[in-house]
Amino acid sequence: MTDSTTDLTVADIEQRVGEFLEAKTRMTWEPEVDLFASGAVSSLFAMELVVFVESTFGVAVEGTDLAMDNFRTVRTMSSLVTRLRTGGDGGA
Amino acid sequence: MSETPPVVKCLVWDLDNTLWNGTLVEDGHVEVDDAVRKVIVELDARGVLQAVSSRNDHDEAWARLEELGLAEYFVLPHIGWGPKSESVRRIAEQLNFSLKTIAFIDDLPTERAEVEYHLPEVRCYPAEQADALLGLPEFSPPVVTVDARRRRQMYQAGFERDQEREKYQGADEEFLRSLDLVMRIGKARDEEITRVEELTLRTSQMNATGVHYSDAALRSFLSEENHDVLVVSMTDRFGPHGAVGVMLIEKAARAWRIKLLATSCRVVSFGAGAVLLRWLTDAAARAGVHLVADFRRTERNRMMEVAYRFAGFTTAQCPCLTSFSPPEGTECLHLEPVRQDPPTTMRVITPEPHVAGPEAEWL
Ligand SMILES: [Zn+2]
Repeated sequence: MTDSTTDLTVADIEQRVGEFLEAKTRMTWEPEVDLFASGAVSSLFAMELVVFVESTFGVAVEGTDLAMDNFRTVRTMSSLVTRLRTGGDGGA
Repeated sequence: MSETPPVVKCLVWDLDNTLWNGTLVEDGHVEVDDAVRKVIVELDARGVLQAVSSRNDHDEAWARLEELGLAEYFVLPHIGWGPKSESVRRIAEQLNFSLKTIAFIDDLPTERAEVEYHLPEVRCYPAEQADALLGLPEFSPPVVTVDARRRRQMYQAGFERDQEREKYQGADEEFLRSLDLVMRIGKARDEEITRVEELTLRTSQMNATGVHYSDAALRSFLSEENHDVLVVSMTDRFGPHGAVGVMLIEKAARAWRIKLLATSCRVVSFGAGAVLLRWLTDAAARAGVHLVADFRRTERNRMMEVAYRFAGFTTAQCPCLTSFSPPEGTECLHLEPVRQDPPTTMRVITPEPHVAGPEAEWL
Protein backbone atom coordinates (compact mmCIF):
# COMPACT_ATOMS: atom_id res chain seq x y z
CA MET A 1 0.00 0.00 0.00
CA THR A 2 1.19 3.47 -0.76
CA ASP A 3 -0.37 6.64 0.36
CA SER A 4 0.86 10.09 1.12
CA THR A 5 1.60 9.17 4.72
CA THR A 6 3.57 5.99 4.01
CA ASP A 7 7.01 7.47 4.21
CA LEU A 8 6.62 9.82 7.10
CA THR A 9 9.79 10.49 9.00
CA VAL A 10 9.85 11.31 12.68
CA ALA A 11 10.48 14.91 11.71
CA ASP A 12 7.39 14.93 9.46
CA ILE A 13 5.23 13.53 12.22
CA GLU A 14 6.55 15.97 14.77
CA GLN A 15 5.95 18.84 12.41
CA ARG A 16 2.32 17.86 11.81
CA VAL A 17 1.67 17.36 15.52
CA GLY A 18 3.35 20.67 16.26
CA GLU A 19 1.19 22.50 13.73
CA PHE A 20 -1.95 20.98 15.18
CA LEU A 21 -1.00 21.98 18.71
CA GLU A 22 -0.08 25.47 17.67
CA ALA A 23 -3.42 25.94 15.94
CA LYS A 24 -5.24 24.61 19.01
CA THR A 25 -3.35 26.36 21.76
CA ARG A 26 -1.85 29.35 19.95
CA MET A 27 1.50 28.38 21.42
CA THR A 28 4.62 26.74 20.06
CA TRP A 29 5.48 23.43 21.73
CA GLU A 30 9.04 22.19 21.89
CA PRO A 31 9.24 18.42 21.29
CA GLU A 32 9.84 17.52 24.93
CA VAL A 33 7.54 19.95 26.70
CA ASP A 34 4.76 18.42 28.82
CA LEU A 35 1.33 19.36 27.45
CA PHE A 36 -0.42 18.25 30.60
CA ALA A 37 1.64 20.06 33.20
CA SER A 38 -1.30 22.17 34.33
CA GLY A 39 -3.10 19.12 35.67
CA ALA A 40 -6.36 20.13 34.07
CA VAL A 41 -6.32 18.91 30.54
CA SER A 42 -9.88 18.77 29.40
CA SER A 43 -11.11 15.43 28.19
CA LEU A 44 -12.23 17.33 25.13
CA PHE A 45 -8.65 18.30 24.35
CA ALA A 46 -7.46 14.76 25.09
CA MET A 47 -10.14 13.46 22.76
CA GLU A 48 -9.11 15.96 20.09
CA LEU A 49 -5.52 14.78 20.35
CA VAL A 50 -6.53 11.14 20.02
CA VAL A 51 -8.80 11.81 17.05
CA PHE A 52 -6.17 14.00 15.42
CA VAL A 53 -3.50 11.31 15.72
CA GLU A 54 -5.82 8.58 14.45
CA SER A 55 -7.18 10.47 11.48
CA THR A 56 -3.95 12.17 10.43
CA PHE A 57 -1.73 9.12 10.59
CA GLY A 58 -4.23 6.37 9.87
CA VAL A 59 -3.74 4.46 13.14
CA ALA A 60 -6.10 3.20 15.85
CA VAL A 61 -5.11 4.03 19.41
CA GLU A 62 -6.72 1.57 21.79
CA GLY A 63 -6.35 -0.18 25.12
CA THR A 64 -3.15 0.52 27.00
CA ASP A 65 -1.89 2.75 24.18
CA LEU A 66 -4.64 5.14 25.15
CA ALA A 67 -2.53 6.54 27.97
CA MET A 68 -1.65 10.09 28.82
CA ASP A 69 2.06 9.30 28.70
CA ASN A 70 1.79 8.53 24.98
CA PHE A 71 0.33 11.97 24.34
CA ARG A 72 2.36 13.93 26.86
CA THR A 73 4.79 15.57 24.40
CA VAL A 74 5.20 16.03 20.68
CA ARG A 75 7.97 13.43 20.86
CA THR A 76 5.98 10.75 22.68
CA MET A 77 3.16 11.20 20.17
CA SER A 78 5.52 10.73 17.26
CA SER A 79 6.98 7.58 18.88
CA LEU A 80 3.48 6.20 19.33
CA VAL A 81 2.58 6.93 15.72
CA THR A 82 5.81 5.40 14.43
CA ARG A 83 5.28 2.27 16.52
CA LEU A 84 1.65 1.84 15.47
CA ARG A 85 2.44 2.47 11.81
CA THR A 86 5.19 -0.13 11.74
CA GLY A 87 2.89 -2.67 13.34
CA GLY A 88 4.53 -2.61 16.75
CA ASP A 89 2.74 -4.02 19.78
CA GLY A 90 -0.46 -2.33 20.66
CA GLY A 91 -2.16 -2.78 23.97
CA ALA A 92 -5.24 -4.84 24.52
CA MET B 1 -43.30 1.37 18.47
CA SER B 2 -45.43 3.76 20.41
CA GLU B 3 -42.66 5.18 22.55
CA THR B 4 -43.27 8.68 23.79
CA PRO B 5 -41.33 11.11 21.62
CA PRO B 6 -38.26 12.64 23.30
CA VAL B 7 -38.82 15.96 24.99
CA VAL B 8 -37.94 18.94 22.80
CA LYS B 9 -34.88 20.72 24.22
CA CYS B 10 -34.84 23.58 21.73
CA LEU B 11 -37.56 25.08 19.54
CA VAL B 12 -36.38 27.08 16.53
CA TRP B 13 -38.80 29.83 15.51
CA ASP B 14 -39.34 31.42 12.14
CA LEU B 15 -40.24 35.11 12.57
CA ASP B 16 -42.34 36.42 9.65
CA ASN B 17 -45.94 35.19 9.86
CA THR B 18 -44.97 32.69 12.55
CA LEU B 19 -43.67 34.42 15.66
CA TRP B 20 -45.16 37.75 14.59
CA ASN B 21 -47.97 38.67 12.23
CA GLY B 22 -46.85 39.96 8.87
CA THR B 23 -43.51 40.41 7.17
CA LEU B 24 -41.01 42.80 8.67
CA VAL B 25 -39.51 43.91 5.33
CA GLU B 26 -42.88 44.47 3.66
CA ASP B 27 -45.08 45.63 6.50
CA GLY B 28 -42.45 47.54 8.43
CA HIS B 29 -44.37 47.10 11.64
CA VAL B 30 -45.20 43.69 13.08
CA GLU B 31 -46.94 42.60 16.26
CA VAL B 32 -46.98 39.41 18.30
CA ASP B 33 -50.21 37.73 19.39
CA ASP B 34 -50.67 37.42 23.12
CA ALA B 35 -51.13 33.67 22.64
CA VAL B 36 -47.70 33.34 21.00
CA ARG B 37 -46.07 35.50 23.64
CA LYS B 38 -47.55 33.23 26.30
CA VAL B 39 -46.09 30.18 24.54
CA ILE B 40 -42.62 31.74 24.47
CA VAL B 41 -42.68 32.70 28.14
CA GLU B 42 -44.06 29.36 29.28
CA LEU B 43 -41.67 27.23 27.22
CA ASP B 44 -38.84 29.27 28.73
CA ALA B 45 -40.15 28.52 32.22
CA ARG B 46 -40.28 24.83 31.34
CA GLY B 47 -36.59 24.91 30.42
CA VAL B 48 -37.12 24.51 26.67
CA LEU B 49 -34.57 26.68 24.88
CA GLN B 50 -35.77 28.82 21.97
CA ALA B 51 -33.77 29.96 18.96
CA VAL B 52 -34.54 31.84 15.75
CA SER B 53 -34.12 30.97 12.09
CA SER B 54 -35.42 33.75 9.90
CA ARG B 55 -34.82 35.26 6.48
CA ASN B 56 -34.41 38.88 7.39
CA ASP B 57 -31.85 41.54 7.99
CA HIS B 58 -30.30 40.50 11.28
CA ASP B 59 -30.05 43.92 12.92
CA GLU B 60 -33.56 45.00 11.99
CA ALA B 61 -35.21 41.76 13.07
CA TRP B 62 -33.29 41.59 16.34
CA ALA B 63 -34.10 45.25 17.08
CA ARG B 64 -37.80 44.44 16.64
CA LEU B 65 -37.54 41.45 18.98
CA GLU B 66 -35.95 43.75 21.55
CA GLU B 67 -38.74 46.34 21.17
CA LEU B 68 -41.27 43.56 21.66
CA GLY B 69 -39.51 42.58 24.87
CA LEU B 70 -38.85 39.08 23.53
CA ALA B 71 -35.17 39.13 22.53
CA GLU B 72 -34.02 37.97 25.96
CA TYR B 73 -35.91 34.68 25.55
CA PHE B 74 -33.83 33.55 22.59
CA VAL B 75 -30.43 31.99 22.21
CA LEU B 76 -28.50 31.71 18.95
CA PRO B 77 -30.56 33.85 16.59
CA HIS B 78 -29.78 32.81 13.00
CA ILE B 79 -31.20 35.67 11.00
CA GLY B 80 -29.89 35.81 7.44
CA TRP B 81 -30.44 34.44 4.00
CA GLY B 82 -29.08 30.88 3.99
CA PRO B 83 -31.13 27.64 3.96
CA LYS B 84 -33.04 27.02 7.19
CA SER B 85 -31.85 23.44 7.46
CA GLU B 86 -28.35 24.87 7.76
CA SER B 87 -29.26 27.24 10.59
CA VAL B 88 -31.17 24.52 12.43
CA ARG B 89 -28.19 22.19 12.08
CA ARG B 90 -25.82 24.85 13.37
CA ILE B 91 -28.07 25.64 16.33
CA ALA B 92 -28.11 21.95 17.29
CA GLU B 93 -24.33 21.79 16.98
CA GLN B 94 -23.74 24.94 18.99
CA LEU B 95 -25.99 23.64 21.76
CA ASN B 96 -24.49 20.17 21.49
CA PHE B 97 -28.02 18.71 21.29
CA SER B 98 -29.09 15.73 19.23
CA LEU B 99 -31.33 16.66 16.26
CA LYS B 100 -33.97 14.40 17.78
CA THR B 101 -34.46 16.99 20.51
CA ILE B 102 -34.84 19.97 18.15
CA ALA B 103 -38.16 21.31 16.84
CA PHE B 104 -38.82 23.87 14.13
CA ILE B 105 -41.89 26.04 13.57
CA ASP B 106 -42.56 27.93 10.33
CA ASP B 107 -45.63 29.06 8.40
CA LEU B 108 -44.20 28.11 4.99
CA PRO B 109 -44.62 24.46 3.90
CA THR B 110 -41.57 24.78 1.64
CA GLU B 111 -39.33 25.79 4.55
CA ARG B 112 -40.60 22.92 6.68
CA ALA B 113 -40.09 20.53 3.77
CA GLU B 114 -36.54 21.77 3.26
CA VAL B 115 -35.71 21.19 6.93
CA GLU B 116 -37.48 17.81 6.96
CA TYR B 117 -35.61 16.73 3.84
CA HIS B 118 -32.14 17.52 5.16
CA LEU B 119 -32.79 16.86 8.84
CA PRO B 120 -35.48 14.16 9.07
CA GLU B 121 -35.05 13.85 12.83
CA VAL B 122 -36.12 17.44 13.48
CA ARG B 123 -39.81 17.77 14.30
CA CYS B 124 -41.52 20.48 12.24
CA TYR B 125 -44.71 22.33 13.15
CA PRO B 126 -46.84 24.72 11.07
CA ALA B 127 -47.29 28.23 12.45
CA GLU B 128 -50.98 27.75 13.16
CA GLN B 129 -50.01 25.13 15.73
CA ALA B 130 -48.05 27.66 17.80
CA ASP B 131 -50.71 28.22 20.44
CA ALA B 132 -51.24 24.47 20.85
CA LEU B 133 -47.59 23.62 21.56
CA LEU B 134 -47.94 23.96 25.34
CA GLY B 135 -50.43 21.10 25.38
CA LEU B 136 -48.19 18.66 23.50
CA PRO B 137 -46.33 15.98 25.49
CA GLU B 138 -43.02 16.70 23.72
CA PHE B 139 -43.10 20.26 25.06
CA SER B 140 -44.00 19.15 28.58
CA PRO B 141 -40.88 17.95 30.40
CA PRO B 142 -41.94 15.65 33.25
CA VAL B 143 -40.12 17.56 35.98
CA VAL B 144 -39.22 21.21 35.84
CA THR B 145 -36.20 21.81 38.04
CA VAL B 146 -34.61 24.98 39.27
CA ASP B 147 -31.84 24.54 36.74
CA ALA B 148 -34.33 23.97 33.93
CA ARG B 149 -35.91 27.33 34.63
CA ARG B 150 -32.50 28.97 34.53
CA ARG B 151 -31.20 26.94 31.61
CA ARG B 152 -31.57 29.71 29.05
CA GLN B 153 -29.62 32.19 31.19
CA MET B 154 -26.88 29.65 31.68
CA TYR B 155 -26.62 29.05 27.94
CA GLN B 156 -26.56 32.77 27.29
CA ALA B 157 -23.72 33.17 29.79
CA GLY B 158 -22.04 30.26 28.03
CA PHE B 159 -22.18 31.98 24.65
CA GLU B 160 -20.74 35.13 26.19
CA ARG B 161 -17.89 33.00 27.49
CA ASP B 162 -17.36 31.51 24.04
CA GLN B 163 -17.17 34.96 22.51
CA GLU B 164 -14.59 36.04 25.05
CA ARG B 165 -12.68 32.89 24.32
CA GLU B 166 -12.62 33.65 20.60
CA LYS B 167 -11.26 37.08 21.34
CA TYR B 168 -8.70 35.75 23.77
CA GLN B 169 -5.27 35.35 22.21
CA GLY B 170 -3.45 33.51 24.98
CA ALA B 171 -3.23 29.79 25.59
CA ASP B 172 -6.35 27.92 26.58
CA GLU B 173 -5.12 27.36 30.07
CA GLU B 174 -4.63 31.07 30.63
CA PHE B 175 -8.12 31.66 29.35
CA LEU B 176 -9.49 29.15 31.85
CA ARG B 177 -7.61 30.86 34.65
CA SER B 178 -9.10 34.19 33.60
CA LEU B 179 -12.59 32.79 34.21
CA ASP B 180 -12.16 32.41 38.00
CA LEU B 181 -13.67 28.94 37.91
CA VAL B 182 -14.80 27.38 41.17
CA MET B 183 -15.91 23.77 41.38
CA ARG B 184 -17.87 22.62 44.39
CA ILE B 185 -18.28 18.92 45.13
CA GLY B 186 -20.74 17.89 47.78
CA LYS B 187 -22.95 15.06 48.92
CA ALA B 188 -26.29 15.24 47.18
CA ARG B 189 -29.21 16.34 49.27
CA ASP B 190 -32.64 14.96 48.60
CA GLU B 191 -33.85 17.99 46.64
CA GLU B 192 -30.82 17.89 44.35
CA ILE B 193 -31.51 14.42 43.06
CA THR B 194 -33.99 15.56 40.43
CA ARG B 195 -31.43 17.89 38.87
CA VAL B 196 -28.88 15.18 38.97
CA GLU B 197 -31.13 12.65 37.35
CA GLU B 198 -31.90 15.11 34.60
CA LEU B 199 -28.20 15.56 34.07
CA THR B 200 -27.66 11.87 33.47
CA LEU B 201 -30.46 11.95 30.89
CA ARG B 202 -28.92 14.86 29.08
CA THR B 203 -25.33 13.76 28.95
CA SER B 204 -25.12 10.43 27.19
CA GLN B 205 -21.86 11.54 25.59
CA MET B 206 -20.19 11.85 28.95
CA ASN B 207 -21.86 8.98 30.75
CA ALA B 208 -19.35 6.20 31.26
CA THR B 209 -21.75 3.28 31.24
CA GLY B 210 -24.77 4.39 29.25
CA VAL B 211 -26.84 3.17 32.20
CA HIS B 212 -29.53 5.56 33.28
CA TYR B 213 -30.09 5.79 37.01
CA SER B 214 -33.64 6.89 37.71
CA ASP B 215 -34.64 9.46 40.26
CA ALA B 216 -35.83 6.71 42.59
CA ALA B 217 -32.68 4.61 42.15
CA LEU B 218 -30.40 7.54 42.93
CA ARG B 219 -32.54 8.53 45.88
CA SER B 220 -32.30 5.05 47.31
CA PHE B 221 -28.49 5.34 47.41
CA LEU B 222 -28.70 8.43 49.63
CA SER B 223 -29.53 6.30 52.62
CA GLU B 224 -27.07 3.52 51.86
CA GLU B 225 -24.00 3.57 54.07
CA ASN B 226 -21.74 2.15 51.39
CA HIS B 227 -22.72 4.58 48.65
CA ASP B 228 -22.03 8.27 48.08
CA VAL B 229 -23.95 10.39 45.62
CA LEU B 230 -21.85 13.48 44.89
CA VAL B 231 -23.13 16.53 43.06
CA VAL B 232 -20.76 18.88 41.28
CA SER B 233 -21.58 22.49 40.57
CA MET B 234 -19.49 25.23 39.02
CA THR B 235 -19.43 29.00 38.85
CA ASP B 236 -17.26 31.51 37.06
CA ARG B 237 -17.15 35.24 36.73
CA PHE B 238 -20.02 35.20 34.24
CA GLY B 239 -22.31 33.44 36.66
CA PRO B 240 -23.36 29.98 37.76
CA HIS B 241 -23.32 26.85 35.62
CA GLY B 242 -25.61 25.08 38.07
CA ALA B 243 -25.29 21.36 38.68
CA VAL B 244 -22.83 20.12 36.07
CA GLY B 245 -21.85 16.68 37.24
CA VAL B 246 -22.76 13.67 39.32
CA MET B 247 -20.78 10.77 40.72
CA LEU B 248 -22.15 7.63 42.30
CA ILE B 249 -19.53 5.83 44.33
CA GLU B 250 -19.69 2.46 46.05
CA LYS B 251 -17.24 2.07 48.89
CA ALA B 252 -15.64 -1.21 49.88
CA ALA B 253 -12.78 -1.81 52.29
CA ARG B 254 -10.11 -2.02 49.62
CA ALA B 255 -11.52 0.15 46.85
CA TRP B 256 -14.02 2.77 45.79
CA ARG B 257 -15.97 2.02 42.66
CA ILE B 258 -17.26 4.78 40.38
CA LYS B 259 -20.60 3.44 39.20
CA LEU B 260 -21.66 6.63 37.50
CA LEU B 261 -19.74 9.67 36.40
CA ALA B 262 -21.63 12.10 34.22
CA THR B 263 -20.68 15.67 33.43
CA SER B 264 -22.61 18.23 31.44
CA CYS B 265 -21.39 19.07 27.93
CA ARG B 266 -21.40 22.69 29.07
CA VAL B 267 -18.28 22.18 31.17
CA VAL B 268 -16.40 19.60 29.14
CA SER B 269 -14.11 22.25 27.68
CA PHE B 270 -13.16 23.39 31.18
CA GLY B 271 -11.71 19.99 31.93
CA ALA B 272 -14.32 19.39 34.62
CA GLY B 273 -14.32 15.61 34.21
CA ALA B 274 -10.55 15.43 34.43
CA VAL B 275 -10.49 17.62 37.55
CA LEU B 276 -13.13 15.44 39.21
CA LEU B 277 -11.18 12.28 38.50
CA ARG B 278 -8.04 13.92 39.77
CA TRP B 279 -9.72 15.00 43.00
CA LEU B 280 -11.15 11.53 43.55
CA THR B 281 -7.76 9.97 42.83
CA ASP B 282 -6.20 12.17 45.48
CA ALA B 283 -8.96 11.39 47.97
CA ALA B 284 -8.58 7.65 47.35
CA ALA B 285 -4.80 7.89 47.75
CA ARG B 286 -5.28 9.60 51.12
CA ALA B 287 -7.80 6.99 52.16
CA GLY B 288 -5.47 4.18 51.08
CA VAL B 289 -7.95 2.52 48.72
CA HIS B 290 -7.83 1.62 45.04
CA LEU B 291 -10.20 3.12 42.47
CA VAL B 292 -12.38 1.11 40.15
CA ALA B 293 -14.52 2.56 37.37
CA ASP B 294 -17.40 0.97 35.51
CA PHE B 295 -17.10 1.43 31.80
CA ARG B 296 -19.27 0.18 29.01
CA ARG B 297 -18.49 1.31 25.50
CA THR B 298 -21.33 3.03 23.68
CA GLU B 299 -21.25 4.80 20.35
CA ARG B 300 -21.09 8.15 22.03
CA ASN B 301 -18.81 7.86 25.03
CA ARG B 302 -15.31 7.36 23.70
CA MET B 303 -14.42 10.68 25.30
CA MET B 304 -15.17 9.11 28.66
CA GLU B 305 -12.84 6.22 27.94
CA VAL B 306 -10.11 8.67 26.96
CA ALA B 307 -10.74 10.58 30.21
CA TYR B 308 -10.34 7.42 32.33
CA ARG B 309 -7.35 6.13 30.42
CA PHE B 310 -5.63 9.50 30.56
CA ALA B 311 -6.27 9.56 34.30
CA GLY B 312 -4.27 6.30 34.46
CA PHE B 313 -7.03 3.70 34.64
CA THR B 314 -6.19 0.35 33.00
CA THR B 315 -7.79 -3.06 32.61
CA ALA B 316 -5.38 -4.64 35.15
CA GLN B 317 -6.42 -7.51 37.38
CA CYS B 318 -6.41 -6.76 41.09
CA PRO B 319 -7.81 -8.57 44.14
CA CYS B 320 -9.81 -5.46 45.03
CA LEU B 321 -12.07 -6.09 42.04
CA THR B 322 -13.66 -9.08 43.76
CA SER B 323 -15.49 -6.69 46.10
CA PHE B 324 -17.77 -5.61 43.28
CA SER B 325 -20.23 -7.16 40.89
CA PRO B 326 -20.68 -4.94 37.87
CA PRO B 327 -23.55 -5.64 35.48
CA GLU B 328 -22.87 -7.87 32.52
CA GLY B 329 -21.15 -6.12 29.62
CA THR B 330 -19.57 -3.54 31.88
CA GLU B 331 -15.83 -3.66 32.41
CA CYS B 332 -14.08 -2.44 35.49
CA LEU B 333 -11.15 -0.15 34.87
CA HIS B 334 -8.66 0.00 37.72
CA LEU B 335 -6.25 2.50 39.22
CA GLU B 336 -3.78 2.40 42.09
CA PRO B 337 -4.04 6.02 43.11
CA VAL B 338 -1.22 8.34 44.12
CA ARG B 339 -1.51 11.82 45.61
CA GLN B 340 -2.37 14.56 43.12
CA ASP B 341 -1.80 18.29 43.10
CA PRO B 342 -4.87 20.47 42.74
CA PRO B 343 -5.46 21.86 39.24
CA THR B 344 -4.06 25.25 38.31
CA THR B 345 -7.13 26.28 36.33
CA MET B 346 -9.82 26.30 39.00
CA ARG B 347 -10.44 26.22 42.74
CA VAL B 348 -12.01 23.04 44.04
CA ILE B 349 -14.09 23.12 47.21
CA THR B 350 -15.06 19.78 48.64
CA PRO B 351 -16.13 17.99 51.75
CA GLU B 352 -13.58 15.78 53.39
CA PRO B 353 -14.18 12.65 51.36
CA HIS B 354 -16.62 10.31 53.02
CA VAL B 355 -16.36 12.08 56.35
CA ALA B 356 -19.01 14.39 57.65
CA GLY B 357 -17.07 17.58 58.18
CA PRO B 358 -16.86 21.16 57.04
CA GLU B 359 -16.05 21.70 53.40
CA ALA B 360 -12.62 22.94 52.50
CA GLU B 361 -10.66 24.03 49.49
CA TRP B 362 -8.44 21.39 47.90
CA LEU B 363 -4.99 22.94 48.32
ZN1 LIG C 1 -7.03 -2.81 43.17
